[in-house]
Amino acid sequence: MTTIYILWLRQLKRYVRSRPRIIASLGQPLMYLLALGFGFGPVFQKAGQGSYIQFLAPGMIGMTILFTSIFSGIELIFDRQFGFLKEMLVAPVPRLLIMVGRTVGGATTAVIQGIVVAVICLLAGFRPSIALIPVALVFMVLMAILFTALGTALASVLSDMQGFQMIINFLVMPMFFLSGALFPLNNVPGPMAIDPLSYGVDGLRSVLIGTSHFGVGIDLLVLTVLSALCMMVGARLFSRIQL
Amino acid sequence: MIRAEHLVKTYGDIRAVDDISFEVARGEIFAFLGPNGAGKTTTIKMLTTLLRPASGKVLIDGLDPVTHQNEVRRRFGIVFQDPSLDDELTAWENMDLHGALYGVPRRLRHERTEMLLRLFGLWERRKDPVKQFSGGMRRRLEIARGLLHTPKIIFLDEPTLGLDPQTRNQLWTHVKKLNEEEQVTVFLTTHYMEEADRVAQRIAVIDHGKIVAQGTPAELKQQTGSETLEQAFLALTGSAIREEGADSAEGLRNMARMWRRSR
Repeated sequence: MTTIYILWLRQLKRYVRSRPRIIASLGQPLMYLLALGFGFGPVFQKAGQGSYIQFLAPGMIGMTILFTSIFSGIELIFDRQFGFLKEMLVAPVPRLLIMVGRTVGGATTAVIQGIVVAVICLLAGFRPSIALIPVALVFMVLMAILFTALGTALASVLSDMQGFQMIINFLVMPMFFLSGALFPLNNVPGPMAIDPLSYGVDGLRSVLIGTSHFGVGIDLLVLTVLSALCMMVGARLFSRIQL
Repeated sequence: MIRAEHLVKTYGDIRAVDDISFEVARGEIFAFLGPNGAGKTTTIKMLTTLLRPASGKVLIDGLDPVTHQNEVRRRFGIVFQDPSLDDELTAWENMDLHGALYGVPRRLRHERTEMLLRLFGLWERRKDPVKQFSGGMRRRLEIARGLLHTPKIIFLDEPTLGLDPQTRNQLWTHVKKLNEEEQVTVFLTTHYMEEADRVAQRIAVIDHGKIVAQGTPAELKQQTGSETLEQAFLALTGSAIREEGADSAEGLRNMARMWRRSR
């Protein structure tokens, strides 16, 4: 327990101290909210889809969690490059606990970021149903764990920064655009159905604005199963790291 | 306490460590000397569960690091050759995290952290993040951290690199004290021969992945007919300068340094 706690605390401290990173990571959702929200809003409404900001806000929360989580996981590459990974790997505690502590820490920061973006969305005119906010938090936590564990798994098999850009371009960006975070993808359900972020965004929409593509039960189930799977794979890959 | 039998580690065609065997007795100070790229750090990685040997066997306090990772990890402390601190955390936090990972009870952790930070002249700077530290201060913190829990074996991989004579003296005095009072086994590498001569009870010289000589400092000097250990070392390993491939980690650190400077 101490191991998990101390590594969770480390991730949190690193997060709180990197203010430039916090601000920078808020830039992206803000840009989408402003540019798309106000630009697309009227078109969206004319197409008979209702308020765009209502539709977009859950997508922005999901996007923020995706990026923050994956980055927290991938930060492991930095730990490797700057040497701190060695310190963790020779510690006399099961590597599983180290991985869990790191992941839970990274996921916590992602959820915090998600909440900050949710507040910004509220200021921009987002009006969700308040009763189900705790369920929305459950979705945020599940997404955060899933993507942090995924990032950790990937970082465990990459030895340097060369692969980082590849992951962003070929994994994170497609996941974001195919998730339906920005626009409804009802006509192209194929790619949407294999994108884990779709279920997170859809889950958030179903509890916050009451529209759903897959249904909230399916969303919850898929995310739970995938988080557990990513944790298992991530823990396994992490404990096999050699230096 | 430490036993290596026919240890081999290969990277592609390169045999970084090539069939080495040695033994370090309980309570002994053992120096592992060799030119750059001779295989010292690779050997230490295999002894400390960071790397699996390609073949051969290691026993740490009777336990195999491959099969009994956590038991082995509980028995040693290590000061790495390259940096292994968390730059974003303070000196105190780095120490505390280490103590928590090694299961040192909180009160003892705080006492020992204070003692060690004072010993290595870092107490006044304990609340500063490590990224503000100079190279020498980081090094001192790494050493203090490696000594925080009281292990049975301490691995010191070029611990004195870049340290001033005062700190070097402090370090060796402390290590010798641990060795005498608590029978801690010490396994060290260094490029300073007079240091090895002064501190180590036994020495192994490794070159091109093979052990070329083993014995007490006096035996090595006698064997090569030299007056100092430095001469003995050169007689054993030749005077050609070795090539050493920089790893990608070093490349990135350089990049990060440049980036930080340019801001």
